[in-house]
Amino acid sequence: MHELSLIASVFDVLEEKAHEHGAARVTAVVLKVGVMSGAVPGLLESAFETYKKGTIAGTAQLEIVVVPVKLRCPDCGGEAVREDTDFSCAGCGSRRVEIVEGRELVVERIELET
Amino acid sequence: MTTKTITVVRDLLATNKQAASAIRAGLRARGILCVNLLSSPGSGKTTLLEALAERFRGRFRMAVIEGDIETERDAERIRAKGVPAWQITTGGACHLEARMIGKVLGDVPGDIDLLFIENVGNLVCPASYDLGEDIRLVLLSAPEGDDKPAKYPQAFLSADALVLTKTDLLPYLPFDPARAAAEALSVKPGLKVFSVSALRGDGIDGLAGYLVEALERLRSARA
Repeated sequence: MHELSLIASVFDVLEEKAHEHGAARVTAVVLKVGVMSGAVPGLLESAFETYKKGTIAGTAQLEIVVVPVKLRCPDCGGEAVREDTDFSCAGCGSRRVEIVEGRELVVERIELET
Repeated sequence: MTTKTITVVRDLLATNKQAASAIRAGLRARGILCVNLLSSPGSGKTTLLEALAERFRGRFRMAVIEGDIETERDAERIRAKGVPAWQITTGGACHLEARMIGKVLGDVPGDIDLLFIENVGNLVCPASYDLGEDIRLVLLSAPEGDDKPAKYPQAFLSADALVLTKTDLLPYLPFDPARAAAEALSVKPGLKVFSVSALRGDGIDGLAGYLVEALERLRSARA
């Protein structure tokens, strides 16, 4: 629901980095989006396409890398990707698992033209 | 013209997280426990706060920041209980952000014990935004159905405690509190679970006790 405001934050980062590197244009943006981040990749894409017009990233391509939930178990030391929302350890069944990946919402890298 | 790739690794919520951390540190230093309430619209957040206001009256001082798309209605209900309240109207935004709380915080008296933030009614977006709270409560009312935790996992995953509300309606609904609790616990092991009827006052003592214990822990950590 708030993907447009997230994309506005992406553009803050793009402007800052373009300025820092003396770049005229941003040509590609890679976002990492966790499945538990609360943001929807399709909506981020639409928001990006709308937002980019007339900006330094007007022709930029957006790539979204979807990050699945990865759990780490402090009891058996196992790490596993979990597809459903039953957040227990696939190895030993422990419920004390931590989510180590899958909540990120990150500008991973960008491509600049200088 | 040259093209180069730069590794950035910038968290899009970093600005919010920083604002939230500053709020948390400021409130902790003043010995105030901050509680963020999350739920769908109509699941009983304001009614629960009214019941807590009754329970804490004369024992603990509380204040409330209300978030809604429009109207002062919820803040007025809280003020009618003799509790100071501020209304943030987001004008359409689906969640509260830490900077919105920061703007109101200067008006909140320093001698309160508990600051409640009632988020915009929405079981999706508010889950992603830290407001500087120490405790996040997610409410699920009996009429909503016991299958919501797995359908809206982020809200339950991000919470410290689940409050099952409107238990006075259980005789009339197929809602199974044990099933709701089990499903929430599979998403978030260790989640505290409370069942309340704010209208009847059932279960309010248990929840109030949990909050007071958290307040005491916060104050002893500060001392």
